[in-house]
Formats: sequence, structure tokens, C-alpha cells
Amino acid sequence: MADEIELTDEMRAAIGRESPPWTYEVTTTSVRAFARGVGYTDPVYYDVAAAQRAGYRHLPAPPTYLGTPVFIPGRSHDIFSVPTEGQPSVKHGLKGLLDGGTETEYFGDICAGDTLTVVSRLENLEVRDSKALGKMLITTQRTTYTNQDGKIVAVQTGQAIHY
Amino acid sequence: MTVTWDSISEGDAIPVLEKRPGVTQLVKYSAGSGDFNPLHHDFRFPQAQQLGSIIVHGRFKYAALGELVSNWLGHAGRIKKISCQYRGMDFPDRKLVCRGTIKRKWEENGERLVALEIWTESDDGKKTTPGEAIVALRRS
Repeated sequence: MADEIELTDEMRAAIGRESPPWTYEVTTTSVRAFARGVGYTDPVYYDVAAAQRAGYRHLPAPPTYLGTPVFIPGRSHDIFSVPTEGQPSVKHGLKGLLDGGTETEYFGDICAGDTLTVVSRLENLEVRDSKALGKMLITTQRTTYTNQDGKIVAVQTGQAIHY
Repeated sequence: MTVTWDSISEGDAIPVLEKRPGVTQLVKYSAGSGDFNPLHHDFRFPQAQQLGSIIVHGRFKYAALGELVSNWLGHAGRIKKISCQYRGMDFPDRKLVCRGTIKRKWEENGERLVALEIWTESDDGKKTTPGEAIVALRRS
């Protein structure tokens, strides 16, 4: 448990830093895999004909699924599958990590066949006190998903808790 | 039954989604989401040993809240925003109940909007993942 965490100038300088763009794919297989992972029984997420009957142009991405990052060994995270190159990060030396919260805002539909260009930005750093975890560093990441037509279809904001 | 603007009122509860994710379900979620953190499948992983068990992914619960809203909406509209906070742990093979209530319905810029309070409940009744969703209903 950390007694003190200080936001250094170097840490603050990372706020606003953006990752290089990375490609995320939405495919029939990836939509079905995510839907199975959650346990959906709704055929709209599995059966293209059912999706089209429901008014979609192809299998729709289930809520909270925003594509699968292209995986390249050495350039992607072996555990979390996300790109590692040039991601905005801060050196803090804290070992504990918890997911704090996630918000997804949609501006358009996302369906199988879409290719999303994803850019992640370090939005904020904050030190907070917790009874259970002591001093915590909260990082807020804002990720923008732009489709093949250049339209921003989703923005996801997430908080990570380092302690 | 399809959700329609006239059939819903503020304060209504939406149909409950009851889940009991087992280890195999969590492994499927890892594969579908790309999150292979061993804390969600490997009982020998140090953090899992410390806790006495692997735990359900926070993002699985977030996605389950998406399923709750999707099942209720039945494609009669679209989700504009969905959020949650991860406040507590859930363990595999235990009941995980997803619930929601309609907080507000209103029209804005020609859109028919509904705000929902959503959350997951552990088998001991604790709200481990409180959240919110905003959906736009299609005009039929």
C-alpha cells in the first residue's frame, strides 16, 4: 500500500499524450466470439439473416464490444491483446491494478466488416485516498474509434486504479 | 414483446437477466474479448491464490449489463451511452443478477430517449457494478 504518491511534472506532462493509431477489426467471427463470451442467446448477434431482419447491415457488435485489435507478437500485449507501441503511460512504480469504471458513448453503428482506427489518449491523472487501498493513482484513458468511412463511431473512457 | 415509447414509464423495472458464469464461460469471455489476465481463469495465479478464487472480469459484468439492455430493447432502438463502475468482486459459479430501472424518458432534438439505471447484484445482494445507460428508441 502506498503512503504517498506524488504527481511529478514528468507524470503531468504525459496528460494529453496520444497513441499512434492501431487497427481493430470487427468480423463475423469476432462478433460471435464476443457474444458467446457474454452468453447471448439473441440470434441477431450470430445469424446474419436474423441481423438483417432486425434492420442491421450485418452482424452488429454487441454493446461494449468495440472490435478486436490486430494482434502482432512483439507489438501487442501478450495478455491483454492491445497494442503496446507508443501508448501513453506514466511511470509510477505501483504494482496493484484495478479497473475503476468504463463508459462507452456511441455515435454510429458498428457491424461485422467494419475496420476501426483506434487512438488512445491519457486524459487525466489524479491521486485519491482509499481506506482499503491507501493512496491510489487514477488514470483516465479516452479511446476514440473511427470507422472505415472516417466517422467516429464510439468513444470509450476508462479509469484504471493503480495502488 | 417489443419496447415502445408508450409502453414504458419512469420507475419501471426492466426484465431481470440472471446469469451464473462458470469457469468455461469466463474462458469464452477471455477469448472473445482478448483479455487473458490469468486472474480470470488460472486458480494457481498468485492473485487468485490470495483471493482463494479466480474472479469474474469487470468487463464481463459490463458486457452483461449490455446484454440486459439489449434483451430489453430487442433492437427497437440503439444504445447511445452505457457506463458502469467496478465496485466489488464476483466469483465464478455464483448467481450474478443484472437489473435495470427506467429513470427518465424524454424527447430531445427529435429523439426519444430513455435513461436507465443498471447494475449487477452478487448472490449476497451487493451491487457490485452500478451503471447507467441511455438509449434512443426508434420511431415506428
